Amino acid sequence: MTKKINIYQVAYKNLLRKKTRTGLTILGIGLSAWVLISLLGFNRGYEAALNKDIDNMGFQVLVTAKGCPYEAATLMLKGGTGLRYMKESILADILKHKEVERLTPQLMAAIFDPNKGESGGINAYLGVDPVTFPAMKSYLKFKQGGWFTDPTALEAVVGYEAAELEQREVGDKMLIPEKNIEFKVVGILARSGTADDGTIFMPLKTVQKIFDKEGLITAAGIKVNKDANMTELENKLYDLPDVQVVSMAQVKNTIMSLVSTAKVMVFSIALIAILIAMLGVINTILMSVLERYQEIGIIKSMGAMPWDVFRMIWTETVILCLLGGVIGIGIAFALSKITDILIRRLLPYTPTGSLISIDSQLGFITLGVVLGIGLLSGIYPAWRAARVRPLESIRSEGD
Amino acid sequence: MSRENNLALEAQHLTKIYKRGAEEIVAVDDVSLTVRKGEFVSFIGPSGSGKTTLINILGCLDNTTSGSLKISGETVFSENKCLSESDLTKIRRQVFGYIFQKFYLVPTLTVYENVLLPFAFFKKAEANADPMEILRFLGIDKRTSHRPSELSGGEMQRVAIARALINKPEILLADEPTGNLDSKRSVEIGEILKRLNEKEGLTVLLVTHNPALAGIAHRTISLHDGKIA
Repeated sequence: MTKKINIYQVAYKNLLRKKTRTGLTILGIGLSAWVLISLLGFNRGYEAALNKDIDNMGFQVLVTAKGCPYEAATLMLKGGTGLRYMKESILADILKHKEVERLTPQLMAAIFDPNKGESGGINAYLGVDPVTFPAMKSYLKFKQGGWFTDPTALEAVVGYEAAELEQREVGDKMLIPEKNIEFKVVGILARSGTADDGTIFMPLKTVQKIFDKEGLITAAGIKVNKDANMTELENKLYDLPDVQVVSMAQVKNTIMSLVSTAKVMVFSIALIAILIAMLGVINTILMSVLERYQEIGIIKSMGAMPWDVFRMIWTETVILCLLGGVIGIGIAFALSKITDILIRRLLPYTPTGSLISIDSQLGFITLGVVLGIGLLSGIYPAWRAARVRPLESIRSEGD
Repeated sequence: MSRENNLALEAQHLTKIYKRGAEEIVAVDDVSLTVRKGEFVSFIGPSGSGKTTLINILGCLDNTTSGSLKISGETVFSENKCLSESDLTKIRRQVFGYIFQKFYLVPTLTVYENVLLPFAFFKKAEANADPMEILRFLGIDKRTSHRPSELSGGEMQRVAIARALINKPEILLADEPTGNLDSKRSVEIGEILKRLNEKEGLTVLLVTHNPALAGIAHRTISLHDGKIA
C-alpha cells in the first residue's frame, strides 16, 4: 500500500466526485478542441490544397504576347482571331530569372471548320513541347493512348471533353480544314476538370510547320521556384517587350479573399466555442470549490498554505482541459474526413485536395492552447479556494 | 523544568469582539488560562457561551481582538501582534491537530488516503512513519481500503482523529467531536481521547455540550457569556 499522497492525486480524485458534471465539462472542452484543431487544420490544409491545385495547372505564370488570348475558350470567343506571337528566343530571356524553375512554350492556332456544328466553328490546336509540357502537367492522365511518338509527328492528344464532342478514339484520323492535313489521335486524356479537357494538343514543331509559324510561340508557361517572390518575378517579366503576364497568384488571391470571409465566420464560431468551454470550466470548478468550502477550510487547518490549495484547484482545471483536449484532438483526427465534407458544403469554392491538414504538431499546438485556456479559467476558482479561511468553515458548525 | 516550559498554552486577558453592523458582540471576554503539557482540559457551556471561539483562538484558527497567547513559551498573539493567515498556518501545521463535529473526510479517497491527506501539504520531520500504527491504535486498521461512505459515524470520526494525529501534533483540539454520534459511539471517542492523553502524553482540549464527556478530562472549564464561570 502506498504511503504517499500528493496534491495531484487529490485533485484527480476530487474530479471523480461528480462524474457526470466532470464528464460533461470534459466533453465541452473536447468539442472546443475539436473545432479549434479542425479550423487550424483547415487554415493550413485549404491553402496547401489550393497551392496544389494551382501547381497542378502546371505553371503559375503564363507569359503571352500582349493582347493574345491565352486559352482556347477565349480564342473561341474572339472567333479564332486576335492571336499574337512572340519569338521563341524569349524563352532564353525568361529562363535567366532565378525565380523560374521550369518553362514550356506553347503555340495556339485556330482555323475555321465549315463542317463543325450547323454553320461551322473554330477549331483550336495547342502546340506543346513533348518534353517539357507533360513533365509540367504531370497530373494529366490518359484515358487511352499516350503522348506523341515524335516531336514532329502529325499526331494529337485530345482532351476528354473535346474527344467526347468529336467522338474520337485513339487511332482515329482527323483533318485540319483548309490545310488538308491529316493527323492521328494517339491519346485521349482522362477528365482533369481543367481547361485541358477541351483542348487538342499537338507537337509544337508540327503546329509551327502547319501554320507557318516557325520560331514563334503564343505563350510560355512558367513554373516558379517554391520560395520565389512572385510579384518580383512578374515585375521582371513585364520588362520584356510586348508581353503580358498572367499570374495564377492573382487567381489564388481572389479565391483566398472569397474564402477569408468564410474563415472569419468559422473562426468566430471557434472563438465562441472556446469561450463557452472556458465558462464551463470556470463554472464546474467554482461550483466544486463552493461545495467543498468547509472541506477546503479543514485542509487549510491541516497545514495547507494558500498556494497549496491554489495548486490543487488549478490542477483540477488542468486535468479537465488535458483530458478534454486529448479527446477533442482524437475526435478531430478520427473525423477529419467528415469535417472535410461539412466544410466543403459551407464554402463557395474548395480545391480538390484534403481541406483539413492535421498532424501531431498541430495536435500539440491545440493541446497547448486548450491547456492555456484551462490555466486561465482556473485562476479565479483557485484564487477563491486559496482565500478560504479555516475559521469560516468551522464557524458554521460551532456556537 | 521551569513552570513556563511545562506549559502548552498560556492565555492572558483574551478578548474577541465581532462587529455585526453597528453592534459589537463580545464572544470571549477577558479570559486568562493556562494548559500544561499533557493535560486534558474540557470546555463546557451552553450554545453562545464562546467556547468554540475561545478554542479557535487557542488553536490559532483565529486572531484575538486583545490579550496575549503563548504556545510552548513562544508568544503568538500579544497586544500589538496580529498574525497573517500564512503565519497562523505555519503554527497550526507544527503544533495542532484538529477534530470537529463534522468529519470532513474526502469521499473519493480511501480511509488510508484520508489519513495521509495532510502529507500532501506538509509533513513534519517527526511525523508518524507508519500510519497503520495509528489506524491499529484507533481500531480501524481493517477498514483502510474503504471509502468514507462505507463507514459508520464512529468509524469516520476515528479516521478524522487518525488524520489529525498523522503529523504528531503537540496539542489535539476537539470541537464537539461527538456531536454527530450516538451515545455509545460518543463514549468510544471519549475513551480514545483519554487513551491518547494518557498513553501518548498528548495535550487535549475538548469542547463539548456533554457533561459526561467533559468529565473524562483532568479539568473542566465552564464558560458563560464569553467568560470563565
